[in-house]
Amino acid sequence: MDISRRAFVKSTAVALASAAAAGTMATMTGCAGAGSGNGGSGGSAGTTKTVGVCRFCGCGCGVIVEAKDGKLVSVTGDPDNGSNRGLNCVKGYYLASALYGDDRLTTPLVRDDKSTKGTPDGLREATWDEVLDLVAGKLRETWKADKSRLAFWGSGQQPIVEGYCQAKFWKAGLLSNNIDPNARLCMASAVVGFMNIFQTDEPAGCYADIDETDVFVTWGANMAEAHPMLYSRVMARMTNGSGIEHYDLTTLWTRTSANATKVLMMKPGSDLAIANAVANYLVQNDLYDHDFANDHLQFKQGTENIGNATEDTYDASDIGSKVDAVEGITFEQYAARLAPYTLEYAEEISGVPAADIEALAKVFADKSRKVLSLWTMGVNQHNRGTWMNHCIYNIHLLTGRYAQPGNGAFSLTGQPTACGTAREVGTFSHRLPADLLVAQEPHRRYTEAIWNLPNGYLDAIQKPGFHTVKIFRELSKGNIDFLWSAHNNWAVSMPNLTRFLGRGDKKGIFDAFICVSEVYPTLSTQYADVVLPAAMWVEREGQFGNAERRTAVFEKAVDPPGEAKWDLWMLMEIASRVLEGEKIGGEDAFDLLFGAWYDKRAHDFLGDEREVSRAIWEEYRTFSNPSLNDDAAAINKEAKLKMENKQLAPYDLYIENHGLTWPVREVDGQWLPTKWRFCDGKQEDGFDEVGVEQYGTHDLASGVSFYKSANGKPSVVFRPWEPPAELPDAEYPFVLCTGRLLEHWHTGSMTRRIAELDRALPEALLDMNEADCAALGVSDGDMVRLTSRFGTCDIKVSTAGRTRPPAGLVFAPFFAEETLINLVVQDTYCPLSKEPDYKKTCVRIEKL
Amino acid sequence: MGVRGLIALAAAGAVAAKAAFDASRAEDARATLLHPPGALHDGGFAARCVKCGKCIEACPYQALRAAPFEAGALSGAPAIDARSQACRLCADFPCVAACPTGALAPVGSREQVRMGVAVIDEDLCLSYKAMRCEVCYRACPLIDEAISISYGAREGDSIHAVFAPVVNAEKCTGCGLCVERCVVSEPDCAIRIEPST
Repeated sequence: MDISRRAFVKSTAVALASAAAAGTMATMTGCAGAGSGNGGSGGSAGTTKTVGVCRFCGCGCGVIVEAKDGKLVSVTGDPDNGSNRGLNCVKGYYLASALYGDDRLTTPLVRDDKSTKGTPDGLREATWDEVLDLVAGKLRETWKADKSRLAFWGSGQQPIVEGYCQAKFWKAGLLSNNIDPNARLCMASAVVGFMNIFQTDEPAGCYADIDETDVFVTWGANMAEAHPMLYSRVMARMTNGSGIEHYDLTTLWTRTSANATKVLMMKPGSDLAIANAVANYLVQNDLYDHDFANDHLQFKQGTENIGNATEDTYDASDIGSKVDAVEGITFEQYAARLAPYTLEYAEEISGVPAADIEALAKVFADKSRKVLSLWTMGVNQHNRGTWMNHCIYNIHLLTGRYAQPGNGAFSLTGQPTACGTAREVGTFSHRLPADLLVAQEPHRRYTEAIWNLPNGYLDAIQKPGFHTVKIFRELSKGNIDFLWSAHNNWAVSMPNLTRFLGRGDKKGIFDAFICVSEVYPTLSTQYADVVLPAAMWVEREGQFGNAERRTAVFEKAVDPPGEAKWDLWMLMEIASRVLEGEKIGGEDAFDLLFGAWYDKRAHDFLGDEREVSRAIWEEYRTFSNPSLNDDAAAINKEAKLKMENKQLAPYDLYIENHGLTWPVREVDGQWLPTKWRFCDGKQEDGFDEVGVEQYGTHDLASGVSFYKSANGKPSVVFRPWEPPAELPDAEYPFVLCTGRLLEHWHTGSMTRRIAELDRALPEALLDMNEADCAALGVSDGDMVRLTSRFGTCDIKVSTAGRTRPPAGLVFAPFFAEETLINLVVQDTYCPLSKEPDYKKTCVRIEKL
Repeated sequence: MGVRGLIALAAAGAVAAKAAFDASRAEDARATLLHPPGALHDGGFAARCVKCGKCIEACPYQALRAAPFEAGALSGAPAIDARSQACRLCADFPCVAACPTGALAPVGSREQVRMGVAVIDEDLCLSYKAMRCEVCYRACPLIDEAISISYGAREGDSIHAVFAPVVNAEKCTGCGLCVERCVVSEPDCAIRIEPST
């Protein structure tokens, strides 16, 4: 393969030219000098301004990054970003400081003595050559001996081109599916719901739905804290519109409940019963949308009484292997399945008054108003998370409230690029890029065509690998010899840390070789054998994809400190060492996979970060633009894959436009984004004109066409209520719910190093009900010990009321490693999505 | 004259201004001293406090410190620098229990404490600029009572709301936790306590 720099530059020049020919090389407005390339553009007195997207939550707020003398001087909201319009939450406001904590990792580190694991000590400085040889040597040794014993754990915070190359290396280079992201902990239930119902992993709506709806329904989502700027849109609608309502279904009263028109306080896990009661009410009273049902819906039921995935043997058990099975039923059969879910039965299970459930049902029945459901971790991190996703869509589909402006069911995402990388690129153990699955033969053929692999080469990975909890369970049993993690902090964020951190037997994690790519020392690096110091956020170029299908680029603004390096460089160096001497179809394996942008002999990229990102993007976007590859185009046509449905645009357009929502369609030489998927209308107005024209049908009910779904019909699947994995008893009488608070991002490894944010929220508190405190003789500020079947931790009690749990329930955030609430949390997961239930571990509480 | 005005004067460098600054700072320090829960109002605290330090010893959060020399007659009396460590409104008020003179009078409940009232500088506050901050609100031990959020439209932007924290002087205890937690430091903290003693 020709990997000369000339060929590289030529290929990227073609991509540039095609973008230019499309007439979209518009100059940026509102940000003088931004968007001109690597290292930012010249400004006054040596300052540069570049375009970025916030590093933290799933909102995906645009930012403008100003740098001077190699250091960030400000990060401000991007006024041209259509969503945040120049605003930030307090995390984004202080984002620049995240890069400048006083303990940035700037040198590779090696641990010589494994007995020092779990302590801040034992790591010594090393050269890049030493650590790359060491990591690659361990990976190659494990790979050659038994490739079931290696794993990579990635992230919904890993930029798109990095995730793409990581997946390509793991799946095609190593022929391993033991790669999974932390998005498994946040979005997996939403994903399985999307795939089961629509056969496509994406929300039909967008953030603008918030501005157009009449009634908000939040299901187990504290948007006020976890999605700050989107919640500002909710409150703008509530404040500016007339008669706008908000129904909040929740297990504890939160800051989101504070402004709701009606709060439906439910018992943990009873959401399924409430949703089924709403659906039953709509069917029994003939309040569903007949035209929509006739044109668009099919009905199913699936395996039930599926137990709980608490034991390691669950997936392979008789019931565990049948959880995905569904069968078609008639509408009448569906109605009969719903029939037991009377308002009274739902009240009995949930504790929510029947009248309140009826009021919610009537909201959905009233077609004079638009309704938007929003949900996130309360639904996804649930022992029946996939089922609950189904139940929400069931209501929206029955009432024809989906894929239309202001009328939708919107799955809020948890991380900045959980959608863009984990899901769209497919860094999951069962996925290939662009929604493709390893288990599907045409999907493997299509991937082989784009990756230039021999026909049938990927048949070796048709069986999915280890999902996240399985990786860590196997690690704890000594069955993983090599683990590499990046863009996450598993030693704080995983559930059941008592087991996974080897707190009991000092095995598993202590014996395995663990490589952690990181920007700061974390609890995870305390268990690492090698720490690779990484470039952070705008210290390299990267790309995020947010919840509304919006892909955005953050430009490189400054160099990384010391010897910290771009993750992609680390990956290329390790891959080239591991694949040394390996052939694929007679060609050098590394050069075949990565030679188009990396010269392994020179140990360097074939261009600057912009050129490299563009080159990788152009290959990646071939998955959604099959016309760019003749073989792929033929397979796409023959197997009816409809890969154009997720069409991505040439790279530079994302910078020029400050992000675009896919599918991005080329119409009369202009690349136009899609805001409302499957909704017929003009592409220039944000509707899915091109998609409906190509694969869909015009003039169906509500003007929508679900052309990605089998037979054009999404599935309404009956899913019963089944109880939580654990119920309170005499020994463990409380339910512990964990989650996020506004001031800190996830495990706090970045935000706690920002002095202002650390001041704003310096410690994790256990929010308790006053009656429970009185019964236990506990006061605000007292320390208590939480003990579950899984582990124990100590935490300070608060009754201040930031969240107000009902009696019997307590809430704690997970950002504080000194508290380490996940020592206590169960690792029981949804049997379908394999996403753990962080919301309802039973505990006892003792005053210290 | 506020602290910032004084600093500006001092920066002018005139000797007379410097002397005025020193004198005013002492006055300012007395005026802004935040005393513990139960401190008698209307001069009663100054009259009764014998500066024995027992309340300072009793405070489990080390929130109470002896007022500095600049505090003049109140130098050595217990005072709270809320920015460093706010009063945490202990349910059993160990400071009050430790007071031998009644300078700190018994308090029925934390809601009844009246040490002062929080005042927000709307020019400095991030929330008034439509950023989603409201740290003071969420930190407030009497959230939704002493500090609540007033939702307003953002000028020229129909899709975002201003989440403006508003102090209810009738409910505010003056504990200062909002001051301790406020993210803004430059040029000043965006919220301060005006003592009521």
